[in-house]
Amino acid sequence: MPSATLLGQALISGVLAGGLYGLLAMGLSLSWGLLRLVNLSHFALAFLAAYLVYELGTSYHVAPWWSAAMIVPAMFGIGVAQHWLFDKFRVNELASLLITFSFAVILEVGIQLYWTADFRRYETEYSTKSIKAGAFFIPVLDLTLCIVAGLLAWGTWLWLRRTYVGKALRAAAEDPGIAAAYGVDHKRLAYLLSGIGAGYAGIAGTFIALIATLAPAEIWAYLGVVFAVVIIGRLGNPLGALLAGLLIGASESLAMAVLAPAWAPVVSFSVLIVILLWDPEWL
Amino acid sequence: MNAARDLPRLGAVLAIGAMALLPMARLPAFYDSFLYLVFFWISLSTSWALLSGFAGYFSLGHAAFFGLGVYVTADLTTKFGWPFLATLPVAAALPALLALGIGAIVFRLRRLRGELFALLTLSVTFVIATIILNTPIDGGGGIFMSAVPLPDLMPTPTGTIYLLGFVLCVITLLIAWKVVHSRLGMGLFAIHDDEDVAEAKGVPTLRYKLTAFALSAGIAGAVGGVHAMYVGFITTSGIFELTVPLYVVLMSVLGGARSWFGPAIGATVITTLLYAFISGGEAMVGRAIVAVILISAILWLPEGFVPAVKQWLARHRRAPARAPLAEVAPVVPAARPVSDTVLLQVRGATKRFGGLQALGGVDLDVRQGEILGLVGPNGSGKTTLINVVSGFYPLTSGSVSVAGVEIGHLPAHEIARRGVARTYQIPRPFVNMTVLENVVLAATFGMEDSSPFRWGGGASPLSHFVRKWPIRDGGVMDDSSDAAHDPSVGVKRRHLPRRRGRKASEIRDEALHWIGFTGLAGKEDVLPAGLNLHERKFLELARALAARPKLLLLDEVLSGLNPAEVDNAIRLVRAIRAQGATIVFVEHLMRAVVELSDRVAVLNEGRLFALGAPRDVMRDPRVVSIYLGKAYAA
Repeated sequence: MPSATLLGQALISGVLAGGLYGLLAMGLSLSWGLLRLVNLSHFALAFLAAYLVYELGTSYHVAPWWSAAMIVPAMFGIGVAQHWLFDKFRVNELASLLITFSFAVILEVGIQLYWTADFRRYETEYSTKSIKAGAFFIPVLDLTLCIVAGLLAWGTWLWLRRTYVGKALRAAAEDPGIAAAYGVDHKRLAYLLSGIGAGYAGIAGTFIALIATLAPAEIWAYLGVVFAVVIIGRLGNPLGALLAGLLIGASESLAMAVLAPAWAPVVSFSVLIVILLWDPEWL
Repeated sequence: MNAARDLPRLGAVLAIGAMALLPMARLPAFYDSFLYLVFFWISLSTSWALLSGFAGYFSLGHAAFFGLGVYVTADLTTKFGWPFLATLPVAAALPALLALGIGAIVFRLRRLRGELFALLTLSVTFVIATIILNTPIDGGGGIFMSAVPLPDLMPTPTGTIYLLGFVLCVITLLIAWKVVHSRLGMGLFAIHDDEDVAEAKGVPTLRYKLTAFALSAGIAGAVGGVHAMYVGFITTSGIFELTVPLYVVLMSVLGGARSWFGPAIGATVITTLLYAFISGGEAMVGRAIVAVILISAILWLPEGFVPAVKQWLARHRRAPARAPLAEVAPVVPAARPVSDTVLLQVRGATKRFGGLQALGGVDLDVRQGEILGLVGPNGSGKTTLINVVSGFYPLTSGSVSVAGVEIGHLPAHEIARRGVARTYQIPRPFVNMTVLENVVLAATFGMEDSSPFRWGGGASPLSHFVRKWPIRDGGVMDDSSDAAHDPSVGVKRRHLPRRRGRKASEIRDEALHWIGFTGLAGKEDVLPAGLNLHERKFLELARALAARPKLLLLDEVLSGLNPAEVDNAIRLVRAIRAQGATIVFVEHLMRAVVELSDRVAVLNEGRLFALGAPRDVMRDPRVVSIYLGKAYAA
């Protein structure tokens, strides 16, 4: 059994890593829960954003936040364009899964053709910085990510709960016909939501560029875990997605510390399978 | 058997034989391995379609079963010294068992349909890959197969692998063909369209899904076993790849996942395309092109290539001359009086949904041959009572018995087989099946004449009527061998869907009879989308009647019909009763309730409120007050 300090450090880094899961899960959860579209290309969009941040940073020395300020609106546009296609062909949930899977493959191929299959690492002055709290180290970037994810999740949650647009979106997700009868313009809102979801992919991508090592095949590395997070956090609930992300991150990290790093994937899926079978009220 | 029919079959056998012996021609190894890959993908995509295409449970976990098969063969040959061929049955059996295990848990959850099933199976793949990687099954270093001897079935090793791949491919296609042409396939297609209705019509949905899942996984495992020898060096990252589920889904969807040979066509096209790019050194571009094809296929050919061609052919071909309808026996008016025997007995039936009590201890007896009208205000529990009797909802407490046999806790398909049929207030036809296929399904899976729970009177009250028209082969309606229960046995014996010793042609005649009886003649080949509400309601009736029920539960058959159609429907219900069926019907239209019912039961707030002759009940001030308020009760 590892020492308490090690476990504590594992817990902290797990929770922080879970922030990225949560951030990636939010966009997916919104489009799946509120638009009934499963967007597998979300991961590829995030990686496209990450590569762009990397490229702008290494070749043109653009600071990451300026890159993000350019990339996120562009992602919003991609999200809107994607939804235009789904809308035009009246794509259902299952078809959206297959189509966005194909989008992801195409983006992966594009990324690989331009940036090659080599691993890329974007080193910045923040990469190694961390805060020391007692016996534990807290990396600054991971902490920032968690704070940003928390603010986004909280903001989006409030937006869906409190504003007319948010309530209209939730109503339309329950029953588009009835919502339309009450004057909800579901289609316009769907474009907005799809754009926001893709925008989140842009934000997540910025952090992926700063924190992780980039390779085209890494697109698929997050797929399974993040889907588990989306389902555990409850579809369409951004706050739930973030909390589930933190939970999964922490349990993975603890499993790595106690067992062996290679066992980590089993954790998230076992949690998912157990929760699906348990079928609790809040799911 | 005449020669004209045997000729194509003979040709097929000869062609298969020639294909099997192709390696004898000592073609360059390139051809052997290219064709092996085609067979490999045909087997995988066809096996995937058995569950996911036919029954609509999309699995993204095919790599789990395939990969397990790969590792079974790899481990048994290299670590335990088994001969290669002897490992293949195990490579098939373990994945099949795994599928049964997953299915036994997952298929019981109603909410785990669609994308959740897809993602759950995907998760299983990751879990299995991780376990294999971290245990001595792989150990992290991969497994070399080069020392494993390959049997000399063919002059060259690639030839031997070709032959094994080909044999598996033929077996897979045969299984798919037999499934499509059996009760199992019919049931799976019904599950695809509407699982609850399939269950209510007597399809043992859980068992069928498990059978399809196990077959699908077993084939994938056997294919994996052979593939272990083809690959030579096995790693978890190479075997549990996302490309396996991607390509399998793509090939099946492109070719047509609801057809037995659609996946094979999709697999051949895609494999050829991929191979062309890989040999040109453009593997990445190849993947992108496959992705573009998938997008285009889903947007423009959502049903797949084979169904699209079939529809096109059907449109450009004149409808074949149909055999004349079976003679409709004249309706004998009310020949069977209401007897004193109680057919349906409900005692203390209680149903709660969380805190909401929909039924609070209902006691009700329905006599044989009776028409009982079930009325009450909205939310009084009428439809819930129908749902409980037909087994759609399990009872919270209480009991329901039909002809003395307790059915309250049986699954819905068992209740259907014991002679209870129902209709739905909002018609729920199987949307991808024609009118005829809808009714044939109900006739195939409906009441069992020779059920071990044979009730006092013997055969269904409707069966004397059915027997009036000619039955070929001396009318073999009973077949009490229990083996006939088993769908797989049915698959082995005959190609055509059959029901307990009855021929497909008999079932078809019977279905045509009920289609004529409900006035839908001429619409046999129409899809439900082409029917108006009135016709859809009558299709509901035809399906219920084709099951030859003892007890017929009608849920608002008249709602939404115009006055002329209502008259028509009332005549039809009378005619059904004249055959001796017992009918419980929920209705809001008082004219129909009074005209049809022998007795009327009034439900209010989940309890039996009044029971008696229609006119008496309708004049009861208490009944008037719950409908119209106290002011009108005087």
